[in-house]
Amino acid sequence: MEILLNSGSTLVIIAAVVGLFMAWGIGANDVANAMGTSVGSKALTIKQAIIIAMVFEFAGAYLAGGEVTSTIRKGILDASYFVDSPELLVFGMISALFAAATWLLIASALGWPVSTTHSIVGAIVGFAAIGVNVDAVTWSKVGGIVGSWIITPLISGVIAFLIFNSAQKLIFDTKKPLEQAKRWVPFYMFLAGFVLALVTIKKGLKHLDLHIGTTDGYIYAFATAVVVALIGKVFISRLKFDETAELKTHYANVEKVFALLMIVTACCMAFAHGSNDVANAIGPLAAVVSIVDNGGQIAAKSAIAWWILPLGGFGIVAGLAIFGHKVIATIGQGITHLTPSRGFAAELAAACTVVIASGAGLPISTTQTLVGAVLGVGMARGIAAINLGVVRNIVVSWVITLPIGAALSIIFFWMMKGMFA
Amino acid sequence: MARNSILGVFAKSPIKPLEKHIQLVVKCSNQLIPFFAACTEQNWSEAAKIRRKLSKYEQDADVLKRQLRLELPGGLFMPVDRADLLELLTQQDKIANKAKDIAGRILGRKLVIPASIQVQFQAYLVRCIDATEKAAEAINELDDLLEIGFRGREVDLVEKMINQLDAIEDDTDTMQIALRKELLALESELNPVDVMFLYQIIDWVGDLADLAERVGARLEILLARK
Repeated sequence: MEILLNSGSTLVIIAAVVGLFMAWGIGANDVANAMGTSVGSKALTIKQAIIIAMVFEFAGAYLAGGEVTSTIRKGILDASYFVDSPELLVFGMISALFAAATWLLIASALGWPVSTTHSIVGAIVGFAAIGVNVDAVTWSKVGGIVGSWIITPLISGVIAFLIFNSAQKLIFDTKKPLEQAKRWVPFYMFLAGFVLALVTIKKGLKHLDLHIGTTDGYIYAFATAVVVALIGKVFISRLKFDETAELKTHYANVEKVFALLMIVTACCMAFAHGSNDVANAIGPLAAVVSIVDNGGQIAAKSAIAWWILPLGGFGIVAGLAIFGHKVIATIGQGITHLTPSRGFAAELAAACTVVIASGAGLPISTTQTLVGAVLGVGMARGIAAINLGVVRNIVVSWVITLPIGAALSIIFFWMMKGMFA
Repeated sequence: MARNSILGVFAKSPIKPLEKHIQLVVKCSNQLIPFFAACTEQNWSEAAKIRRKLSKYEQDADVLKRQLRLELPGGLFMPVDRADLLELLTQQDKIANKAKDIAGRILGRKLVIPASIQVQFQAYLVRCIDATEKAAEAINELDDLLEIGFRGREVDLVEKMINQLDAIEDDTDTMQIALRKELLALESELNPVDVMFLYQIIDWVGDLADLAERVGARLEILLARK
C-alpha cells in the first residue's frame, strides 16, 4: 500500500513507457498485417498505406478502443483479490506489459507470427493465476475471450465467403462486369462505412461524453455510409478505363474499380486494428493509472484517464512512421496474384468482425481474423494458392504464445515484487 | 520478415507459369512449319538452325515445367486439384517433346516429303498446329477462370473452346487418312525404309493434335472437379 503512495508516479511512468513501447511495437509490426493485403494487391502504394494507417489507426484507437481496454484492464481479473494489496495488481500489470513486449520483440526478431492480443491476455492470466491466486482470474471471462479467438476467424471466414460470392454473382459472372462493378461497388462501400460508423457511434463516443440514442445512432451511421458511397461513386466515375485492355483481359478494368473499394476497406482495416489492438498496450497501463490515482482503491467504475487512449494511438502511429515503412515494403514485394476483388472481400469481412468484436469488448487477434477471411475467399475458389503451412504456423503461434506470455509475466512479476516490496 | 506477416499465407500462383509454359510449347511446335519448308527446299543447314531454335524452346519449357513442379508442394490450398494441375502440365509438355522428336527424325535421315503429297502434308501440319494453338487459347483463360471462381460464363466459354479443339482434331484425323491413302499409292516408287519413316512422321504430326486434345480434356477434368 505504502509503495503506491511513495512511488506511485514512478510506477505510472514505468507503465507508460512500457505501454508506449508496446504500442510502438504494434505499430511497427502488426500494422503491416492489417495493411499488407492492400499493398500486396497494389491497390495502395506504401506511402498511401502508411498515411491511411496513421489516420485510421489513431481514429480507431481513440474512438473505438475504449471497450477492449476496459476488458483488459478489469475484465480478466477479479478485483476482490487485490483489495488488500493493490500494489500486486500494479506490479502484475506492469509485468504483463513487460512480458508481452519482450515476447513481441523476440518473435519479431525470429520472424514468427505472434499475436499481441494473445501474449497480453496470457501474461495477465499468468501473473494472476500463479503469482496471486488461481481464483483471482475471472475464468468465465477468459473462457469467453479464448472462445472468441476460435469463433472470430470462423465468422470472418463465412462473411468473406458470402461477400466474395455475392461479388461473383453480381459483378463477375455477368455479361458486362464493368458496368455491374460500377453499379455495385458503391454498395460495398456503403456496407463498410455503415459498420464502421455504427460501432464508433454506439461504442466509441461514450468516453467523449457524446451520448447518441439508438435510433439516432442508426440514422447517423446510415448517413455516414451514404456519404462514403457517394464519394466512392464520384471517384469511380472519374476512373479512366483502358478500352483495349477490355479485349485482352476481361477483368483488368473491373479490378480498377475494386482497387478504389480497397482503399475504403483498407481504412476500415486500419480502424478496426487500432480499435482492437491499442488495448493490448494501454489496457494494463490504464489499470495502473486508475489504481495509483485512486490512492490504492480499485475503483470498479472509473473512466480511463483522458491521456491514455491518445498515448496508445500515438505509440502505434510512431511505430508505423519509423519502422512500418520498411516492414510493409518487404511484404509488398513478395506477393503475387492477389487482385483487389479478393483482397477487398477478405479485408471487409475481417474489418467488420474485428470492429464488432471491439464494440463487444472482446480482445481478438486481427491477423487471425484476416487469415480466417482469406481462407473464406479460398473456399469460394477465389485465390490461386494458399500456403496451409503458414496458416498452421499462425495457429500454432497463438497456442504457444499463451504459456510463454504467462511464464514471462510470472518471472517479471516476482522480480518486481522482489525489487519494490 | 514475410514469414511474420499475413502475406506469407499467399503462395505463388501456379496459373501464370502454366500459361507461360503452353505459350512456349506452342512457339516450339510452330517452328515445325518453317522447318518443313526448309526441308522441302532441301536447305539442311537452315533446317538444322530451326531445329536448334525449336529444341531451345523445348528446353525452356522443360525448365519451366520442373520449376513449376517444385513450386507446387503438397499443403497448398488451391481452387483446383493439384494432381489435375500437374497432369495438365505433363500433357502440355508432351507436345513440345513430340515436336522435337519430329524435327530430329526428319533431320537425322534428311527425309523429304514426296513432292506430290507436299501440299497436302503442309495443310495437315498447319491444322495439327492449329489444335495446339487452340489448346493454348483455352489454357490462357485460366487466369480469367480464377477471377470468376471457376464457374459460370467463363467455364462455358472454355467448354466452347474445348469443343472447337475437338473439332479440329477430328479434322486432322480425316486429313491423316487421306494422306496415308496418297502415300500408299506412292509406295512402290519410294525407298521402302523412307516409306516406313514417312508413315511414322505422319503419325507423329497427328499426335500433336491428339496431345492438344488431351490437354483440353485435362482442362475439362480440372474444371469439372469440386
